[in-house]
Amino acid sequence: MVKDPITARPQRGASSWLALLLPLVLLLTWQVTTSVTRVFLPHQLPSPWQVVTTAWELAQDGELSRHVVASLGRILAGFVIGAGAAILVGTLVGLSQAVEIMVDPTLQLVRNVPSLAWVPFLLLWLGIGEAPKITLIAIGAFFPVYLNLLTGIRQTDRKLIEVGYVFGMGRVDLVWRIILLSAFPYLLTGLRIGIGQSWLFLVAAELIASTRGLGFLLIDGQNTARPNIMLVGILVLAGFGKLSDAVLRCIERRVLHWTDGFEGRERR
Amino acid sequence: MSFAIEATHVVKRFARATILEDMSLAVRPSEIACLIGPSGCGKSTLLRILSGLERDHAGRVVIDGREVTGPSRAVGFMFQEPRLLPWLTVHDNIVLGLPRAKRRDGSTLVATLLAQVHLEGSERALPRQLSGGMAQRVALARALATEPSVLLLDEPFSAVDALTRMSLQELVLAIWQRTRITMLLVTHDLDEALYLSDRVFVMSGRPATLTEVIDVDLARPRDRRDPEIARRRVQLMDALHVASVPPSAARGDPR
Repeated sequence: MVKDPITARPQRGASSWLALLLPLVLLLTWQVTTSVTRVFLPHQLPSPWQVVTTAWELAQDGELSRHVVASLGRILAGFVIGAGAAILVGTLVGLSQAVEIMVDPTLQLVRNVPSLAWVPFLLLWLGIGEAPKITLIAIGAFFPVYLNLLTGIRQTDRKLIEVGYVFGMGRVDLVWRIILLSAFPYLLTGLRIGIGQSWLFLVAAELIASTRGLGFLLIDGQNTARPNIMLVGILVLAGFGKLSDAVLRCIERRVLHWTDGFEGRERR
Repeated sequence: MSFAIEATHVVKRFARATILEDMSLAVRPSEIACLIGPSGCGKSTLLRILSGLERDHAGRVVIDGREVTGPSRAVGFMFQEPRLLPWLTVHDNIVLGLPRAKRRDGSTLVATLLAQVHLEGSERALPRQLSGGMAQRVALARALATEPSVLLLDEPFSAVDALTRMSLQELVLAIWQRTRITMLLVTHDLDEALYLSDRVFVMSGRPATLTEVIDVDLARPRDRRDPEIARRRVQLMDALHVASVPPSAARGDPR
């Protein structure tokens, strides 16, 4: 009569080749336009094969992993700090209109400061070490998480809160057992956008007097006119961005198996 | 005699509108009572006041000898919709209102309750996998989990189809037979009121007062086709002034 909640949904594996179609077409076009028809010359756009060779060379002498490790460390620290602060502030603002009136307008103002505008000030305030870089990434992660969590808390169905009242739940119980869980889908969306923002802000952060990191690799490639190195940087950034999103999506699917929304699947 | 539910001189105002004007009613222990009245007359508001959900009213509400100042586990409440928490399994929804220690080892209790509402083995199901009637039965189990002495039901079967409604009514009666829990049920369904209850409280339109109490006084199990029920139905319609509309006006004949 009742299906198991975890296995009740159809598997996605069968149609996953669909996801590979577009990247393969793009890759093929890239290879053809650079090495066969030569629409682009190597100093404009190196071929995929040249990029792979460059990546291999960078990986061989440990250069690439040095950059990756540096960037990953910054992302992790910045995202955890930014998202953590956003969860704290978002919860406080979400639960109290008074706090919202006090805090939210200022945050909305700060939110619109472009990432690059922060750079000189963070340098002045925090020096040239890791601190300004991590702070900038944290700023990038903060706002999507904050906004989505706030929306989620405010979207909590009043009728479900009333169920809590009926059972005599106190404020703490209401927040932990109903409001925050109800806001969870929004929080996870916020975290996914937040981790994406972190990678975007990373590149800006590594403009700050850095000697390591994927953002540095990009700038180094630009300064020394080596588009193959820039492309390695871009692809590795894109890859890790996708990977971190995939991790969060995986968590999302596991945690939110209770949702009952439109899934975009065609009817059978 | 002492009453299970006793409301005296309850007055409720929202902004300037008076919803309830000097409402008094009393429900006896182990009685099934229905509250019926025109739509929007404040039946649900009264029920919410009795449960402690609604405050800021004048008058006194006493349940089992204790004055109601807020919601308590001694009073079960069932809403018009199931209102199950969608992220919790059926099991976790049922133990929602229990204190922490009892929540942890509530599986025997849950199994017993699920058997009572004919949903054996559904502990691990999620609300989205349940039909409307099933979800409402889980909501009933949840309301009973805290072992309340009084159960308040706010049009609990109005959102399900007629057949499901009848089986839910049987279910409620079976639970009453076993537990003799005092029930006050808001409904707009005359047949439901007459089939279930010992007494029917009739309310007037806004501002609402209690206009009539009808003693159903029929043995259970009842037959829905019993002419005695039909006779009381007429009495109830009179009390509600439904039948007072002249037939010509009802047909829309030109005068």
